[in-house]
Amino acid sequence: MSSTQRLYNRRRFYNAATMVLSGLATAFGLFFLVWILFVTFSKGFDALGLHLFTQMTPPPGEETGGMLNALVGSLMMCLVAVLMAAPIGIAAGTYLAEYVNYHWIGETIRFVNDILLSAPSIVLGLFVFTLVVEPTGGFSGWAGAIALGFIVLPVVVRTTDEMIRLVPVQMREAALSLGIPQRKVNTQILYRAAFPGILTGILLSLARISGETAPLLFTALNNQYWNTDMSKPMASVPGVVFQFAMSPFEYWNKLAWAGALIVTLFVLLISVFARVVLARKK
Amino acid sequence: MTNIQSLSRTKTDTRNDRLFSLTVAVAGFFVLISLFAAAAMMFKGGWQAFSTFGMGFLFDANWDVAQGHYGAMVPIFGTIITSLIALLIAVPISFGIAIFLTELSPNWLRIPVSSAIELLAGIPSIIFGMWGLFILVPFLGEYVFPWLSENLGEKAVIGPLFQGPPLGIGVGTAGLVLAIMIIPFISSVMREVFLTVPTQLKESAYALGSTTTEVVWNIVLPYTRSAVIGGIFLGLGRALGETMAVTFVIGNAYEISAGLLNPGTSIASTIANEFGEAVDPLHKSSLLALGFVLFILTFCVLSIAKLMLRQLKKRDGN
Repeated sequence: MSSTQRLYNRRRFYNAATMVLSGLATAFGLFFLVWILFVTFSKGFDALGLHLFTQMTPPPGEETGGMLNALVGSLMMCLVAVLMAAPIGIAAGTYLAEYVNYHWIGETIRFVNDILLSAPSIVLGLFVFTLVVEPTGGFSGWAGAIALGFIVLPVVVRTTDEMIRLVPVQMREAALSLGIPQRKVNTQILYRAAFPGILTGILLSLARISGETAPLLFTALNNQYWNTDMSKPMASVPGVVFQFAMSPFEYWNKLAWAGALIVTLFVLLISVFARVVLARKK
Repeated sequence: MTNIQSLSRTKTDTRNDRLFSLTVAVAGFFVLISLFAAAAMMFKGGWQAFSTFGMGFLFDANWDVAQGHYGAMVPIFGTIITSLIALLIAVPISFGIAIFLTELSPNWLRIPVSSAIELLAGIPSIIFGMWGLFILVPFLGEYVFPWLSENLGEKAVIGPLFQGPPLGIGVGTAGLVLAIMIIPFISSVMREVFLTVPTQLKESAYALGSTTTEVVWNIVLPYTRSAVIGGIFLGLGRALGETMAVTFVIGNAYEISAGLLNPGTSIASTIANEFGEAVDPLHKSSLLALGFVLFILTFCVLSIAKLMLRQLKKRDGN
């Protein structure tokens, strides 16, 4: 065998090895996805039942009970968080895209927003603890919603910014040349054109906060009883899942799996729905 | 008359336009301020700890709630070690996934596989934690850890890494779970930047007889180097601050040890475990100081990531 042939064979071998390894890496990633989803679904369905939606979280050692208070608490806090943060986020995104695009102020805010987007959620929880819980003197649903709001905010800012910048310049110019004031160009033309994208961002942020646990631990705390008063401590599904999964009681563990399944299903459904909304635009 | 009407209309329009731009500007600056307010509030909250223990707070390995003595060394060490283990596992795997998706996979497989990997990013971290605690920990404790400590624990250099009680809970487990969690982030950045490599460059290399591997190593990687590093730092930023999954599997023990099989603790898991029960103001302040340290750590890592990713954007001209 000539040395050229040997070199050629070696290169082919390295190439084949790299390709096999990259295939294996992909299989590795998919394997864990399937494993985690399989476990969540099989364990969760075993514990699923109507009682989850009709009964409160049980005290230790009891063999009945559901998660109604936690479900309602999560729903309320997530909705309030989105309602508070989405308008601010849309406004900030408009500012970035329409007023300070290509300006150093805009670049700075974008930079900070991207950091906020990836900032650890537990840090935001601590921030809201010092900002809301300490001054008001107690844990509350409001504090939980504000903590979740700080997670929604950067997501909405970013999608709004990106989606508005995607609107063709001609649309702005056509509108402005008709003498329409800038605020109406924003609200009646740009928002309308960018609406599916902005909605997708809001939905994705909702999916993200519905599974968040860390920021709620010391803002909304937890509540074993039925409560719709946002100024009192409030239960949340991820919080209850955390508490029940760490406990030695078997029934609590079972409930935790059911809660985990509900959260996962909710997150997956919203992500799929968000993709559909975005796809219909195209 | 029409003149007066249009004049007054122009006036109200100008005023409303100003109001509108002022409102959105306030919202924009709200984003800017909230990040710095978060840092300031946590620094203020942690001031008592910083002033009591001084700079030694960061290098003191003794965290004793009963004695009222707090040093942040162990949680900081745990955070960094688990994140590094996660990177060691996640970077090659993500690289493989990105190569598979951009160079190897048939077209019809690309979208399903990449959306499946992205799905992994959408799963809440508490699910990773439960799966880790109830499924992965027993599995590792029964099959993997005993084998590791038996076969590798006696070896000369790497031996100390694999000694310890084969419980399944520990720093190594936390690193593995973190790795799985950050794979989708790193691989999606890598895949995106690999796609920005001009086709002419790649085709020229192919035309000269390069294999796919050689194209990836000699053309794609050098072209995208800074963005790839940015993507890795983005993953690192995620891993540093991840709370729930780590809290479930790390074991929450305040000791520094070389062993991957030993329980440890991280900044985020310490805060999650103790903050609710912290009564002593100094304890609370120390936890806030830990939060401040974590914030600064992730801020630096994420800033580097952003700067690295920005370089690629600039070169593209957009």
